[in-house]
Amino acid sequence: MDKFTILDGLVAPLDRANVDTDAIIPKQFLKSIKRSGFGPNLFDEWRYLDHGEPGMDNSGRPLNPDFVLNQPRYQGAEILVVRENFGCGSSREHAPWALLDYGFRVVIAPSFADIFFNNCFKNGILPIVLDAGSVDQLFSEVAAQPGYRLCVDLEAQTVTTPGGHVFGFDVDSFRKYCLLHGLDDIGLTLQHADKITAYEERRKQEAPWLFN
Amino acid sequence: MSAQTLYEKLWQSHVVHTEPDGTTLLYIDRHLLHEVTSPQAFEGLRLAGRKPWRLSANLAVADHNVPTTDRKNGIADPVSRLQVDTLDQNCDEFGITEFKMSDVRQGIVHVIGPEQGATLPGMTVVCGDSHTSTHGAFGALAHGIGTSEVEHVLATQCLLQKKSRTLLVKVEGGLGKGVTAKDIALAVIGKIGTAGGNGYAIEFAGAAIRGLSMEGRMTLCNMAIEAGARAGMVAVDDTTIDYVKGRPFAPSGAMWEQAVASWRTLHSDEDAQFDSVVELDGGTIKPQVTWGTSPEMVVAIDDCVPDPAREPDPVKRGGMERALAYMGLQANTPINQIAVDKVFIGSCTNSRIEDLRAAAVVATGRHVAENVKLALVVPGSGLVKKQAEAEGLDQIFIAAGFEWRDPGCSMCLAMNADRLEAGERCASTSNRNFEGRQGPGGRTHLVSPEMAAAAAIAGHFVDVREF
Ligand code: SF4
Repeated sequence: MDKFTILDGLVAPLDRANVDTDAIIPKQFLKSIKRSGFGPNLFDEWRYLDHGEPGMDNSGRPLNPDFVLNQPRYQGAEILVVRENFGCGSSREHAPWALLDYGFRVVIAPSFADIFFNNCFKNGILPIVLDAGSVDQLFSEVAAQPGYRLCVDLEAQTVTTPGGHVFGFDVDSFRKYCLLHGLDDIGLTLQHADKITAYEERRKQEAPWLFN
Repeated sequence: MSAQTLYEKLWQSHVVHTEPDGTTLLYIDRHLLHEVTSPQAFEGLRLAGRKPWRLSANLAVADHNVPTTDRKNGIADPVSRLQVDTLDQNCDEFGITEFKMSDVRQGIVHVIGPEQGATLPGMTVVCGDSHTSTHGAFGALAHGIGTSEVEHVLATQCLLQKKSRTLLVKVEGGLGKGVTAKDIALAVIGKIGTAGGNGYAIEFAGAAIRGLSMEGRMTLCNMAIEAGARAGMVAVDDTTIDYVKGRPFAPSGAMWEQAVASWRTLHSDEDAQFDSVVELDGGTIKPQVTWGTSPEMVVAIDDCVPDPAREPDPVKRGGMERALAYMGLQANTPINQIAVDKVFIGSCTNSRIEDLRAAAVVATGRHVAENVKLALVVPGSGLVKKQAEAEGLDQIFIAAGFEWRDPGCSMCLAMNADRLEAGERCASTSNRNFEGRQGPGGRTHLVSPEMAAAAAIAGHFVDVREF
C-alpha cells in the first residue's frame, strides 16, 4: 500500500447522496479476477451513454457529456467531494479498488457507509468526514474556481483550501498510523517478520516434518 | 502445566506473537488454494511487489469450476475458464505446486490435501473455503478464510486470529447398521442448530467417533461449519496415523517416528475443561434426511416432514413455512414417500473411496428408478476415481444406471454445468441445502451416500437399514 502523508490535489465534485457500491462499480464487473483495472468502469452507468460489459474497449464508448467526471476541468482529479452516506451497499472491496484505480486518494463527505469506510483505509484511500456546512462550502468553491485544489495533510489532520481556510478532521489513530506508513494488514504483520522467522527456526527443530 | 484441550495445544504451538488485546499472529503450516478465492490475492501480492513467504507451505488445485465430463475439450464457460487459467498462471508465476486439471491427483481441495498427506496431524491448515474444517479430522486446526486473508497467508505465512471457545461434542455408543458419519453430523446439527457452534471450535469425541474411519471423521469435521463452528477436530489415534503413513507429502524414515511420537500427544488431556459440552447417544441415531433449506431442518428417515402449526415460536414457524413452500412439501408427509428427480453422490463431504464403496454396495445388482432423471457419482479426486475403477465400482454404478464422472465440486454448488433445474428434487451427499445452492429453484435433501444410492434405486427416500 502506498504511504499517505500530504496530498495537494485537484478536486472533483459529485453532487449526489447515497451513492451505492453498485453505482461506484456496477455488478457485471465483479466477476473479474483482478483488483486493478476497474478505473475505466468507475461510475460506469453515469459515465457512459451505452451499457458497459467486462472486456469492452472503454476508450471507444460514448461518454455522457453531462457527467461531472467527464468535464475537461476535472481530468486528473485525486480528491472526490460527495454528499452523505457515500459507499452504501455491498461489502465487496471492488468499490475502493475502482476509486483508487481511477486515481482518487481522498474522498470527502458528510458521512460514509461503514464497511466502505473501513475498506477505504485497507486500500490506501483516505475518507474524510466534514460537517454538511463545510462540504457545502467546498461544493460552491469548486464550482466557482476551475483548477480548484485542496491540500490534505494527514499528520496534521487538516484540509486547506486555496483561500487558506483550514478544516480539521478526525481519524482513528491506528488507521492514521497505517496510512502514514503505508501499512496494510500485511504490512503490519511484516513488521513482525523477525518473530515469524524465529518461530520457523524453532519449529524446524521441534517438528522438521512440517518443513518438508 | 494445567490440563489442555486439543484446540489449546494446537493453538499454543502456533503462536508467533500476541497483542495485549489477545489478537494473535498464528503460524500457518499448510495453505491450500483453489481458483475461486485466490485471484485477487495473487494480484494484491503482485501490486505490492511481494512474494509468497514460504512456497512449500502452499498447494493449489482447481475444483469448483472444472467440468466433470469431456474434460479434454477444456472448459466451455468463459468465466469458469478464466478463473482456472488464472490459477494456473499464478501458480506458474509464483512457483506454487498445483495439480492441474489433467493431473490424476486433481480433485476437490479438501479431498486431495489429506489424500496426499499434505494435511498432517498437528498442523494449522487454511484455505479460502469454509469447508476447510474437514482437515480437523487429523487432529489439525483447520478453518476457512476470505480472499484478503489468502493474500495475508501467502505474504506472511500467518493469520491474525482471536482464540475461539471450545465445544466438546461427545458421541458415545455404537452406530447402528446403515448409520454413518454423515448421519452423526446431521443429528448433531439438528440438535444444536446451525448457529450452535458459533464462536466455538468443536472437538468430536466418544466411542462412536473413535470407531469412525478417517473418511468418516472428515465427513463429520466437514460439516462442523454447518453447525456454525469454523473448526471441527478429532484427536489423533492409530486410525489417524495408519491413514497418513506412506502418503506422498508425509514424513518417512526416522522423521516419521519422530512425528508419530509428537502426534501421539494430540488429544485433550483427561481433565481439560471445555466451555461447553453436548452429548449424544450414537446408538439412537437413525439415517437422517433434511427436509428444509438449512442443514438443521433434519429428521430421521422413519419420520415425517414437521408441521409448522406445532411450532410455538412464530419466527421459527415462519421459517418452516417458507422452507416447506420452497421445497414443495406438505407438512406431515412421511419422508419415505418423497420422490426424487436427481441424485448426487459427491462433494468434499462424501466423495472419498469409502463413500463410493458404501454407495456401490447398495447399487449392486439393482437399477436406478425410472422417475430419476439423473443419478451422478462424482469421485472426490482423480486418485479416488482410479481406485474405484480398480475395484470395479464404476462398473457397478454404470450397470445400475448411474453416471460416472470426473472429479470436482460438480453439483454441490453448480458452478459448472452440473445443476438442478427449478423445482427438481435431489438426494444429495453434499453439505448445504440452501435455496438455489444446486441451481436456481433446485430442492436439496442432504443424506449419506448409502441413503442417496438407495433413493436413486427406489425413486424416493427409503430406509437403507431395511433396503
Ligand atoms: S465440494 Fe462443495 S462444499 Fe466442498 S469445496 Fe466444493 S463447492 Fe465447497
